[in-house]
Amino acid sequence: MADAVDSRAKILASIRMSLGERRQDTVIAAEYAGIMRDYRRPEERTREALLEHFEDRLREYDAGVYRASTTSIAQVVAEILASRGKAGLAMPAGIPAEWLPDGFVFTDASGLDEHQLDRVEGVLTACTVAIAETGSIALQNAPGQGARQMSLVPDYHLCVVFASQVVASVPDAFDRLMPTASLPTTFISGPSATADIEMTRIKGVHGPRFFDVVIVAD
Amino acid sequence: MNAPHQQPHQWHQHEFPEAAREMLENSQTRRNVQHATTVIQDKRNRVVGELPEWQDLREAGSQVRAHALRHLDHYLLQFEENCTRAGGHVHWASDAADARRIMLELIQRHQAKEVIKIKTMTSEEIGLNAHLEAHGVRPIETDLAELIIQLGKDRPSHFVVPALHKNRQQVREIFQREMHLPELGEQPVDLATAARNYLREKYLRIKVAVSGANFLIADTGGVCILESEGNGRMCLTLPDVLISLVGIEKVIPSYRDLEIFLQTVPRSATGERMNPYNSTWSGVTPGDGPKEFHVVLLDNGRSPILADKEAQQTLKCVRCAACLNACPVYHQTGGHAYESVYAGPIGAILTPQLLAMKEGRSLPYASSLCGACYEVCPVKINIPEVLIHLRGKVVQEDQKTLSGKLGLWNIGMQAAAFTLADSGRLSMAAHLAQVAQKPLVSKNGFISWMPGMLSGWTQTRDLKAIPEQSFRDWWAQEHSTQKPKEKANG
Ligand code: SF4
Repeated sequence: MADAVDSRAKILASIRMSLGERRQDTVIAAEYAGIMRDYRRPEERTREALLEHFEDRLREYDAGVYRASTTSIAQVVAEILASRGKAGLAMPAGIPAEWLPDGFVFTDASGLDEHQLDRVEGVLTACTVAIAETGSIALQNAPGQGARQMSLVPDYHLCVVFASQVVASVPDAFDRLMPTASLPTTFISGPSATADIEMTRIKGVHGPRFFDVVIVAD
Repeated sequence: MNAPHQQPHQWHQHEFPEAAREMLENSQTRRNVQHATTVIQDKRNRVVGELPEWQDLREAGSQVRAHALRHLDHYLLQFEENCTRAGGHVHWASDAADARRIMLELIQRHQAKEVIKIKTMTSEEIGLNAHLEAHGVRPIETDLAELIIQLGKDRPSHFVVPALHKNRQQVREIFQREMHLPELGEQPVDLATAARNYLREKYLRIKVAVSGANFLIADTGGVCILESEGNGRMCLTLPDVLISLVGIEKVIPSYRDLEIFLQTVPRSATGERMNPYNSTWSGVTPGDGPKEFHVVLLDNGRSPILADKEAQQTLKCVRCAACLNACPVYHQTGGHAYESVYAGPIGAILTPQLLAMKEGRSLPYASSLCGACYEVCPVKINIPEVLIHLRGKVVQEDQKTLSGKLGLWNIGMQAAAFTLADSGRLSMAAHLAQVAQKPLVSKNGFISWMPGMLSGWTQTRDLKAIPEQSFRDWWAQEHSTQKPKEKANG
């Protein structure tokens, strides 16, 4: 497409004409490094205070929050599924067997397409990092978290978060995400919602309408 | 090739004052707009107040965006290289016609008769939907508000909440009619459920999606999209092909920079600490999301804006719409009065520049210069400063013709400009508001006519003049007494 090449050259030429002389890459890098980032604040809260804060934020979004120890995950999962009336969940590859209670059916969903995902009762995942201040959980394409559609198409999402994965702020979360920044990543803050009709936050439009989190002390 | 101002899909038919008067006569719309903007603004103020570092975040966000614009060619090329390496395809569109052609070709290559869409202002800007329909492709909007607009054959009036001018009864009527649901209730949850059911089948079936983007990320070649409902995630992950149409100004240097914008944008846009879903991805990932990913970089009048040192900051905009919600003029008129894809204070400076100052020239006057927009802007765009600058340009252009020389705007603006020139360059917006009004205040203390600036508005309901108070203080006061304009009509 000759046109396409022309447009590219034309746009770049127009930008350069507007901006004037081009700077060297090292000059640009130095200017970028000089950007002031005074917004980072030292964290003064205790770990437990941070977890409570995270919990409060999740509840505000109308997510269910449960606590477990490293040895009681399966038991807590069983309690949640029983109270939700679920017979089992789908899950990505890489969920540790010790999270899964007896008496429920857990199916590997890594091979399922969206039509099949649309018919499962819900999905169980891990996460990469969680943010206390905003009540957010970040999932990446990694073992235990899977492809993005897995935590999207089913109507119920149960997420296991280790206390050590909970950071205070958004910049703290980016410290952890930077090494894997190119992976497909989804930040989830509560169940899907809209405020498009008269500014009322309505839960549950297209993503999972029901969302529970297990916080595991580790 | 079409010059931008010859695009058939530009909304501009009336000048702002005329369009504003029409809006003011529609009191239901006004009530809906006022309710919505008041609610968002209260929420915004609450969550912004929680962050002691708010001003530092604004400053950093402003610096990052300004830096990216100063080296825009560098970062676009870096984005292109990294996106391509990650398996994406990057296309460049110099104007709207170019972008429409590229998008249609990509869609037709996959024999798609329908595409699902995530809300995108750039798509509105290039008139994509009409173009696709004319070529036998049905675009389906998936954002709840956009769906309301599309099914109601309406136009968006706000770029975060495009249907904020509709209340639930009006939405219900549209859904009852268009989705064939005569029994549909009017609770917001009924309406959301109707949208969920209506669209789910489409997500599972349609193979090509079109989106915009909030940010392009140079160092990862990635794209970032913020949303609430999950419709974005559906479009980003389920179809085989994803085409993102993005303005060239949207690039940021590093993934790291999102740590600023993911704090400031949700708070500014919807008054939430974080919106329900944010997605970032680079190119294609086997087994996760589309098999084919295209980014169409749209110039369409943006690159020349970079040459104007004072107006360049316009392009820092992250489209959070906080300036709309804070604007007393928008509050009264709603978005349609601007007759432009980009409404409100940012639209007042962006639209005329995108149109190379050839149209939309009354828009820089669609402001009281009260400064509220600058105060809330998360990337510190000094909208009042740019407005004054653009008004200067309009006046200069006008003076080239005789009718322009004698034009009423021109005389009024010259009077204001004379006053301005005397005290040198002023950046205090509140002060400017007072100065700009001086020639216009009649003896009874009412502004019954303003040159260009909302003349239609003041004909409809006279504005009380602002003696020593700033417009905003006056506004707040008027507003809290619950009898805004009627009083002034006397
Ligand atoms: S000008 Fe500022 S406040 Fe207005 S939409 Fe753009 S970023 Fe938001």
